[in-house]
Amino acid sequence: MLNIQDLHAKIGNKEILKGLNLSVNAGEVHAIMGPNGSGKSTLANVLAGRNGYDVTKGTVEYEGKDLLELAPEERAWAGVFLAFQYPVEIPGVNNVYLLKAAVNAVRKYRGQTELDAVEFLGLIKEKMKIVKMKEDLLNRSVNEGFSGGEKKRNEIFQMSVLEPKLAILDETDSGLDIDALKIVSEGVNSLRNEERSIILVTHYQRLLDYIKPDHVHVLSNGKIIKSGGPDLALELEEKGYDWIKEEAA
Amino acid sequence: MEINTENVEDLVSKDYEHGFVTDIDTDTVAPGLNEETIAFISKKKEEPEWLLEWRLKAYRHWLTMEDPTWAHLDIEHIDYQAISYYSAPKSKDDAPKSLDEVDPKLLETYEKLGIPLQEQKFLAGVAVDAVFDSVSVATTFKGKLADAGVIFCPFSEAVKEHPELVKKYLGSVVPAADNFFGALNSAVFTDGSFVYIPKGVRCPMELSTYFRINASNTGQFERTLIIADEKSHVSYLEGCTAPMRDENQLHAAVVELVALEDAEIKYSTVQNWYPGDENGVGGIYNFVTKRADCRGNNSKVSWTQVETGSAITWKYPSCILKGDNSVGEFYSVAVTNNHQQADTGTKMIHIGKNTSSTIISKGISARHAQQSYRGLVKISKSAENARNYTQCDSLLMGDQCGAHTFPYIEAKNSSATVEHEATTSKIGDDQLFYCMQRGIKEEDAVNMIVNGFCKEVFKELPMEFAVEAQKLLGITLEGAVG
Ligand SMILES: Nc1ncnc2c1ncn2[C@@H]1O[C@H](COP(=O)(O)OP(=O)(O)OP(=O)(O)O)[C@@H](O)[C@H]1O
Ligand SMILES: [Mg+2]
Repeated sequence: MLNIQDLHAKIGNKEILKGLNLSVNAGEVHAIMGPNGSGKSTLANVLAGRNGYDVTKGTVEYEGKDLLELAPEERAWAGVFLAFQYPVEIPGVNNVYLLKAAVNAVRKYRGQTELDAVEFLGLIKEKMKIVKMKEDLLNRSVNEGFSGGEKKRNEIFQMSVLEPKLAILDETDSGLDIDALKIVSEGVNSLRNEERSIILVTHYQRLLDYIKPDHVHVLSNGKIIKSGGPDLALELEEKGYDWIKEEAA
Repeated sequence: MEINTENVEDLVSKDYEHGFVTDIDTDTVAPGLNEETIAFISKKKEEPEWLLEWRLKAYRHWLTMEDPTWAHLDIEHIDYQAISYYSAPKSKDDAPKSLDEVDPKLLETYEKLGIPLQEQKFLAGVAVDAVFDSVSVATTFKGKLADAGVIFCPFSEAVKEHPELVKKYLGSVVPAADNFFGALNSAVFTDGSFVYIPKGVRCPMELSTYFRINASNTGQFERTLIIADEKSHVSYLEGCTAPMRDENQLHAAVVELVALEDAEIKYSTVQNWYPGDENGVGGIYNFVTKRADCRGNNSKVSWTQVETGSAITWKYPSCILKGDNSVGEFYSVAVTNNHQQADTGTKMIHIGKNTSSTIISKGISARHAQQSYRGLVKISKSAENARNYTQCDSLLMGDQCGAHTFPYIEAKNSSATVEHEATTSKIGDDQLFYCMQRGIKEEDAVNMIVNGFCKEVFKELPMEFAVEAQKLLGITLEGAVG
């Protein structure tokens, strides 16, 4: 599904990713952990095609295609979804309106008929239950004035509606209260299936208590320096990162 | 977030969609302005003596005036002697009785503009008084309006059919000597629309006029007069586009609105005149005087405008709130792109007691465009408990454009409440990326964000106009961000 080889990426003159390798199969959940500033969000942004990142070396293959060749919206059409670490506010643009435009853009790409208002409302009614989305948030401007937790929940709600093949969740757990963490995690779990892969960027083991990863990776200084099973996360929780950094050095 | 200026460059390079010239045999007077030209126009239009006198008086006053220089605009000197002051489609001598008699070329022009008169007649329930160059050539829905007692006709026809009304109200809101362009218009205006809504009548349909400038080298001087008698209501729509031109074309319209006791006038404009090419060559100069007189108690006037066109726009739709409890509103979206310049805003003059006014101004600038909001809120001594709320928001696309805000407040009565809010924002890369990550194309994302920014104004427009306005904004800003 996703195969990243020796990925190097710069922002301006600063190299952030320094030879990153990662391979994700369909249906797998990979957790990426690592110290602040190690390049986790950079990786997520490069995969989603954000402007301002310069890939100087390496390849990213997604479903047999060269992902880096595609425009951001083309990646979205191909099933790549990024739940933002900091979801963006768009004043005046209705949350549901944006989502409907997104759904229909994807459907159009796939040669499906666009959903009309009634069909779309039918679809989101179902999905709202998954993350217990409050109705009034739907009709507000995109993320405007949403609390931190509401924004994160909105990301997962959008994910459930867009049904991506590869979802990258960038610290979706931070800012969620204990109950919300549980609800959002259950939402993510309900979206797990054999075809869908998920990359979870997180700092905390508690998310992984709810969403059991197949693999855990440690990203440090622009590289994956250690990979393992769910136990690795527990070990990190206990010991921090220094021992791995030393091991890798 | 910074916007990538290189992308801004290719974004805004979308050709003007309505840039074509219809080959129509016009009957145009030689360029130049003097008392004879005015007499010629007046005679062509078979006007009564008093109107010729009124024009000449305006002209003599105009000669003593100077071009305004205070607006935040960069304008080349206009040679008023190089302009032709009268131009009419040939078919006007035997004016058409119905659409069938209208020059097919003309109808074709409207078709190209996406204003199919034929369809409108059946579909929109909108009466259309189409102005082509200087003479109105097609008027529909006369019958239905006549049943309601509403008069909606070309100005020149009103002069003949309803001279008492014209004489009473013409120049009563914008006096002939009011300002440079207003005086020029008073001297040489050729045609426009006239509306009278009788007492207690709610106009049964939205009234609409589409303007279009065509003949080369011809300034166009519209004159519009709308009178809403006591307890009446009317919604008037004005929209315009123009064909591509090399030289700058002057447009100096005057619009006068009179609202008597308990009357309400809603005046909506979508303006899409040729803005000039990418380098700013060849666009329309749009210098308009629009003013409403809320003469009666409890009267109300709303101006809603969407300004996307013209090389230079100089326009301040205003309300004089004379009647007690009268209400003035101004909702504006102004878009400037490439080398367009706009200096626009409003004046709210509070005179009556408990008068209130609302100003919502949304300015969008892209590329090298400059835009100013200039607003005056004046609370006279007599205006007990006057209230004003002003909100001016600017949205910048790219970093070479500019937005300036000049709010003037003069309050002579201490019981007044005047509130002013202003914001400036940029379309952020992060907003665009967010939309694109969700599968929405960049252009659609820009559209969505801009429309969101303008929402408060668009919701004031009649439905079909709002749709048109959104489309226009999309066309105007296509390619304006990256
Ligand atoms: N626009 C930018 N300009 C310069 N440096 C940047 C920019 N964006 C990110 N960086 C730098 O790149 C590095 C990696 O940032 P990134 O956001 O990928 O870290 P992260 O692993 O997601 O951290 P966190 O756990 O705090 O979210 C940091 O040192 C950061 O300061
Ligand atoms: Mg991060």
